[in-house]
Amino acid sequence: MTGADVTNVAILDYGAGNVTSVTKALRHLGAAPRIATNPHALAGADGIVVPGVGHFARTTAIDVAMRRALRRAVEAGTPLLGICLGLHWLFEGSTEAPDAAGLGIFQGRCSALHGSPGIKVPHVGWNEIEVTANGSRLLNGLDNRTYAYFCHSYAAECGDRTAGVTSHGGAFSAVVERDAVFGVQFHPEKSGAVGLHVLWNFLRVCDEAR
Amino acid sequence: MLARRLIACLDVSHGQVVKGVNFDGLKDAGDPVALARRYNDEGIDELVVLDISATLEGRSAFIDTIAAIARELFIPLTAGGGIRSLADARAVIEAGADKVSVNTAALLDPPLISAIADTYGSQATVVAIDARMTPGGPESYEVVSRAGTSPAGRAPLEWAREAATFGAGEILLTSIDRDGTRQGFDCRLTAEVSDGVSMPVIASGGAGTYEHFADVFTRGRADAALAASVFHFQHHNVPGLKRWLSTRNIPMRLTGERC
Repeated sequence: MTGADVTNVAILDYGAGNVTSVTKALRHLGAAPRIATNPHALAGADGIVVPGVGHFARTTAIDVAMRRALRRAVEAGTPLLGICLGLHWLFEGSTEAPDAAGLGIFQGRCSALHGSPGIKVPHVGWNEIEVTANGSRLLNGLDNRTYAYFCHSYAAECGDRTAGVTSHGGAFSAVVERDAVFGVQFHPEKSGAVGLHVLWNFLRVCDEAR
Repeated sequence: MLARRLIACLDVSHGQVVKGVNFDGLKDAGDPVALARRYNDEGIDELVVLDISATLEGRSAFIDTIAAIARELFIPLTAGGGIRSLADARAVIEAGADKVSVNTAALLDPPLISAIADTYGSQATVVAIDARMTPGGPESYEVVSRAGTSPAGRAPLEWAREAATFGAGEILLTSIDRDGTRQGFDCRLTAEVSDGVSMPVIASGGAGTYEHFADVFTRGRADAALAASVFHFQHHNVPGLKRWLSTRNIPMRLTGERC
């Protein structure tokens, strides 16, 4: 059931995300998540989430029509949140699949984490986020150096859109933010109370944008 | 800095935690959801839930258990025990598990690892290895299958490396010699495997004291340590153990304490 007082969130399903856990977390927070497999399903959404785990090549399943619809939604000010692989896809591309194009909302490409003795790749587990942007809407109310759950082998380097930084063999963007477009490298749907707080912040941005 | 993880393991059969629990104030000690919630509140980093029923009815109840835990807990959840096919893996992932753990079936049919990794990603694919000291040869280890009863004829590190080539994303390494003894983790076994692979290794079997956890993170170079009964019976409360480990310079995610 949806209503004017409930935040409607479309979750992009392109076969590479644990859509179930993101759906459960958003529902737990009182939002009305729905699965979007085609551009029409984005209509009327207060916010859009692009989840994703696994290989960047999987994002090629997001077709041209969906990409166009997402760009249009972003231009119209609809908040968008990319999670993990979803964050990578908001950039221009990733060295993980050099021929696959990202949405290009953020400039730059994602590249592999550097493993070494003591630094294992994939980077799996709880790591700290250093908040680097004052006034980040997504990280509002969170302690600096709070822990979130990560699970990835590729990452976006730090740039002027970086709102939070994490280190694992080197620093990378844990959070990117530009206007109402956000990306998180960690899994907020698996980061306990901290993750729910981040999703709650995203839902409030969605409400403000309505 | 990446924190070392503490993982609680729940053995369930027909919807009930089998080893029993003794948490203060826990009304239904055998209820896996209540126990999972308690662990979450205490700041456990991850949960592993194993189906030990080995029956069809038990399997169906297990799927319900996974779904019930995933509905209200938002930390990583691994499901294992009796996963023999991609369909078994799909059932637990669709119920809400983030990772699936395969053991005997992976030894018998290593491409099963690839099938799961190709479908759900390496990050969702945990290969559980049960190992023991080779009888008569205390300097080496062997993999055993079928709940620790049958020698698989191979060495743990060799098997872990092969599992990695098939797409495993994590190794859950259990010392059969130490399991249930509370004599400490097998740090030599853990270090041998952890140093030899690039993926994270979860150490299991033998947890008894705070020092045992410190040892397995330092000498054993484990990325995570798993325990069941020492947590269930509250020999160790999770926040106390985490605080103690962090005073030993082992990075821990401390919860409920403002910086």
